[in-house]
Amino acid sequence: MSPSAQRIEAPDAIAADIARAARFTRKHVIASIYHAGSGHPGGALSCADILASQFGAEHNVRPDNTTDPQRDRFVLSKGHAAPALYAIAAHHGFCDARAALALRKLGSPFQGHPHVLDLPWVESSTGSLGQGFSVALGMAMGLKLQNSTARAYALLGDGELQEGEVWEAAMCAAHHRLDNLCAIIDYNKLQSDDRNDAIMRLEPLAAKWRAFDWAVAEIDGHDIGQILAALRRAAATQGRPAIIIAHTIKGKGVPYMENIPHWHGSVKLTREQAEDALRALGAARDEIKELLDVAR
Amino acid sequence: MLRAEAPSLIGTSGDSLREAFGKALSALADEFPKLVVLDADIAGGTGVHHFRKSHPERFLQFGIAEQNMMAAAGGLAATGLLPVVTTFAVFCLRAVEQARLSLAYARRNAKIVASHPGIDVGPDGGSAQALEDLAAFRAIPGMTVISPADPIETALATRAILEFEGPVYMRTGRSPAKRVFGDDHRFEIGKGCIVRDGSDLTIVACGVEVARALEAAETLAKENISARVVNMATIKPIDRELLSQCARETGAMVTAEDHNIYGGLGGAVAEALAATTPCPIEFVGVRDTFGASGEPEELAVAFGIGSGAIAQAARKVLTRKGKS
Repeated sequence: MSPSAQRIEAPDAIAADIARAARFTRKHVIASIYHAGSGHPGGALSCADILASQFGAEHNVRPDNTTDPQRDRFVLSKGHAAPALYAIAAHHGFCDARAALALRKLGSPFQGHPHVLDLPWVESSTGSLGQGFSVALGMAMGLKLQNSTARAYALLGDGELQEGEVWEAAMCAAHHRLDNLCAIIDYNKLQSDDRNDAIMRLEPLAAKWRAFDWAVAEIDGHDIGQILAALRRAAATQGRPAIIIAHTIKGKGVPYMENIPHWHGSVKLTREQAEDALRALGAARDEIKELLDVAR
Repeated sequence: MLRAEAPSLIGTSGDSLREAFGKALSALADEFPKLVVLDADIAGGTGVHHFRKSHPERFLQFGIAEQNMMAAAGGLAATGLLPVVTTFAVFCLRAVEQARLSLAYARRNAKIVASHPGIDVGPDGGSAQALEDLAAFRAIPGMTVISPADPIETALATRAILEFEGPVYMRTGRSPAKRVFGDDHRFEIGKGCIVRDGSDLTIVACGVEVARALEAAETLAKENISARVVNMATIKPIDRELLSQCARETGAMVTAEDHNIYGGLGGAVAEALAATTPCPIEFVGVRDTFGASGEPEELAVAFGIGSGAIAQAARKVLTRKGKS
């Protein structure tokens, strides 16, 4: 599982911005799930660096152009990582960070899974695994049909790959040579109940995608330089879709969660657990207080 | 819009609702430049082979993979295109959840057009005869559900759903269809129409059952029973106003559909009338069982949705109305 991708350093300033955004994302994820009293922290933390890289450097969407037909499309196919999407969006000014702490609350647009009618910058309603990938495929196809150079991205979970629809889409995207489509797998090795291996084996994963005629990259999904390089190579791929298999750690950044399946599921964080997690993520006392004591 | 003339059978192959749909789609393509048609390897069966031939650049092949096709339609719509998903009704059931989340929940302007509904499918047998689709799609919030009665109405409904903003599920049909309407027929989503007037009861039908309801009305007329026939091509949103009017004016109802008696047109009519103008209702449909192989007309008799069954239901509902 050692990443095969050649390490290419992003310019330091961009990488530093992205690392900062990822830290913000992780802290916001813990705080919003704490306030919600439920939510899936493990898979939100594992994809924070990927999201931060995507929003920080790769796709061309900014809060003022969310309806531009030429914008790139990003679909969070693993919709249960919604808290991470809301957090990175808040970091980039698509929504208010404090408002986004009202996760999973009645009347809040920040539902447990992203909904396109609630938040104008969400590209697709997700939460049923496999579907977001097909929607992104449809977007890639639609953009190509209309001679747009915009690209479509989908972030998938690893357990999600057990859905048959994913392989329907995999075959379809290659058949139609959708080189404006890029899938990213948050390969944290754990799913709701247990390890992927114990539930339904995914390996040999890269070989499966190669066999489906995708351009495959395998990287460390917490190494921002590798993520950016892989995204750039994917964008340069011609004649076939690209997939980035990003090896990640579930619960990344919060030691007591890392690699423990329990933290995949919807959990209720105690005040103590939330404080522990935020401290581990480098939050100072004042910041912890601000995140957890916010008036609701 | 009263029509008393008896229906006549026109043509054989080429006059099914699926063919009428496919031809209409092809004819409308230039008027709707954003239209794209999605197929799962059954264009020859759904009628969209016409579109494939006339507009190959807007014909999108998804292979035998309906879940991906249905959700991808959401993505296509999100880029401003007007996707029409086409497959058999039974395979639409396979992708109901994709239609729910990626089309209806996201309020995408995408259309689903299903051929081969009901026992009208015929020889392919029970596995291929969707008797649950109206119920399933009707239960999805925001989904408009349509089942036109004849080739003319199918062509008109095809235009109407392309003009309509929002997700739609529309049935066509496999077998040669009887013609119910003249060339001057008008179709409007959400509006039923009286195709034969009558005063003793109202038969509310959709799809292939409209022609059978007209035949039943003819039979009943010989017994001095005056049956009104309503074509309720839009099952959702149902025309509550027309239903209430008919319930008030005739006092008894029979519903007729090539679908399970649960959850389809009959259910929609009963729900509407229970809330507004309660009256005795008899339900003609497949009685919570699966279909079987056979020719459509013999299946209609065997499964109790032929014109004889409709006439019988009419006699029964009149006894309940207090008139024997």
